[in-house]
Amino acid sequence: MIIFIMDIALFLTGFYALLMKRNLIKKVIGFGIMEYAVNLFLILVGYRKGAEAPILSGKITDVLFVDPLPQALILTSIVIGLGVTALMVALCIRLYQRYGTFDIAEIRRLRG
Amino acid sequence: MMNLLVIFVALPLFAAFALPVIGRLLRRGFDILSVIVTASLSACALYIIFNPPVFPLVYSMGSWQAPFGITWLLDPLSAFMLIAVNVITFFVTVYSVNYMEQYTGKWKYYCLLMLMLAGLNGVVLSADIFNLYVFLEIVAISSYALVAFGTEAEEVEASFKYMILGSIASAFILIGIGFLYAKTSTLNMFDMADALSKSALNSRLLIFVSALFITGFGLKSALVPFHAWLPDAHPSAPAPISAMLSGLVIKTIGIYALARIFFNVFGINSVTSELLLALGGVSMFVGVILAIGQWDFKRLLAYHSISQIGYVVCGIALGTPLGIAGGIFHLLNHSVFKSLLFLNAGSVEYATGTRDLKKSGNLQESMPHTSWTSLVASLSIAGVPPFCGFWSKLVIIIALFQANRPFYAALAILVGLITLGSFLKIQKYVFYRKIKEKFLRIKEAPVFMRLSMMGLAVLCLVIGIFFKPFFGKIIMPAAETLRAGREYFIMILGG
Repeated sequence: MIIFIMDIALFLTGFYALLMKRNLIKKVIGFGIMEYAVNLFLILVGYRKGAEAPILSGKITDVLFVDPLPQALILTSIVIGLGVTALMVALCIRLYQRYGTFDIAEIRRLRG
Repeated sequence: MMNLLVIFVALPLFAAFALPVIGRLLRRGFDILSVIVTASLSACALYIIFNPPVFPLVYSMGSWQAPFGITWLLDPLSAFMLIAVNVITFFVTVYSVNYMEQYTGKWKYYCLLMLMLAGLNGVVLSADIFNLYVFLEIVAISSYALVAFGTEAEEVEASFKYMILGSIASAFILIGIGFLYAKTSTLNMFDMADALSKSALNSRLLIFVSALFITGFGLKSALVPFHAWLPDAHPSAPAPISAMLSGLVIKTIGIYALARIFFNVFGINSVTSELLLALGGVSMFVGVILAIGQWDFKRLLAYHSISQIGYVVCGIALGTPLGIAGGIFHLLNHSVFKSLLFLNAGSVEYATGTRDLKKSGNLQESMPHTSWTSLVASLSIAGVPPFCGFWSKLVIIIALFQANRPFYAALAILVGLITLGSFLKIQKYVFYRKIKEKFLRIKEAPVFMRLSMMGLAVLCLVIGIFFKPFFGKIIMPAAETLRAGREYFIMILGG
């Protein structure tokens, strides 16, 4: 249970950074932390204490396996996270070119 | 028919990667190929509507059967969504042929548009909750990139805002999926519905997951407490992309996914229904109030999108057959006329270089086609008979009265009146106002832009006039799939 609470704390750290930090790069890092907390959560869902890697070897025994499906899911989710992060960083570069700053408080040419 | 289902995702995905290679061989090859792809997809969608297979049709990827493999589902609701998505995208692509001449890197634009289309079709067809998330992210990433396509300061800023909120929404949805998987040990929606109906102790978890999903999909569909990104992101994109975003993206990855999961997997209960109804009512009202003070053509339209999405959510959240039917009918109508309005705004900007309402005028004479098509769209969104928007709003209001919710019904009528006023303002300031010596020698929009706008305007009229057979044949069966709720998915699982 404690590990789930720590994972939620990690998620909230990233969430806080993504919303409250003024520096764009820190926002991107916050996004990364949040993404990793979500991935970790999915892995924890499939984790069984004392279980082995889910490889079937000929005869079926009474070994406890960890759930392999969340591991497959987070591979997809990591790739998606990579794509989003890359695009985010690219936008940060463009924003720096246009506004000359990474401070979100000074990047407000749009109303509302 | 099975193979036809795969085409909806495979063809645009293939096109997205083949376009840069094959498109170079011909003059205007990118344009021709994209129009061919979207036209053939619309033809497939129309074929499904006119020769309906035995619904529900379940396609198992790689022949892995339902609880194990990824499954896709074609039922009246997804067939209905397919036709909306593909036909609107076809018109948008035709429009882009001329409009996107202003930008460099047209092939990149088409690549991203095709990716977005593949994602939208995937979201509509998927019956596997993680698969749905993946397609949703494809749509989201391509729309972040497309909003920033012009790479001007405002566009990049809007895109960044959209991206921050969009990725928070995606994270919430993924956590929700994680909790559901922890509870039910399955990702297949049919199996999940079955598992959720069997375990009685799940209600607290289900409330938590519902909260996560309402936040996540609410952000994606810009319901009111979560709407902050929309009025920046939608106007900043190139006009055809604004049309796609307002017309299709917020509906497919927001409303459709929300309705599918809440009705068919969770089974709607009175608490979520009440909450969604409240969110819809607030969106309806706040959107239109914020729209009143706007003088930027596209920004005004974006605020109206929030308000019209409110109507759709109000209708669907009622949960009565008539309410759901009204909601999804309005979803279709809104995607037709709001896309058309954004295309109109785009062609006004293309011709005059401004989208400030106070600076334009006289365009009724110099741009007759843009003018009449936008009049049709304005009357549709304002709910003037016999245009399509009137019927869907009428159905929603009747359904609200029937369900004994006179407050929401009165709100819907009031919002309809304010919408009418707001669009009369657009018509007056952009097209009918006479200013001396201004915009008299402006050229009408180029031919493909005109054609696409006329096509959508005709669609508005046709849906409005042939409302009755359309409503009975297409909308009612689609509404029935949502109303049947969780039992419907359990029935599919049973075969």
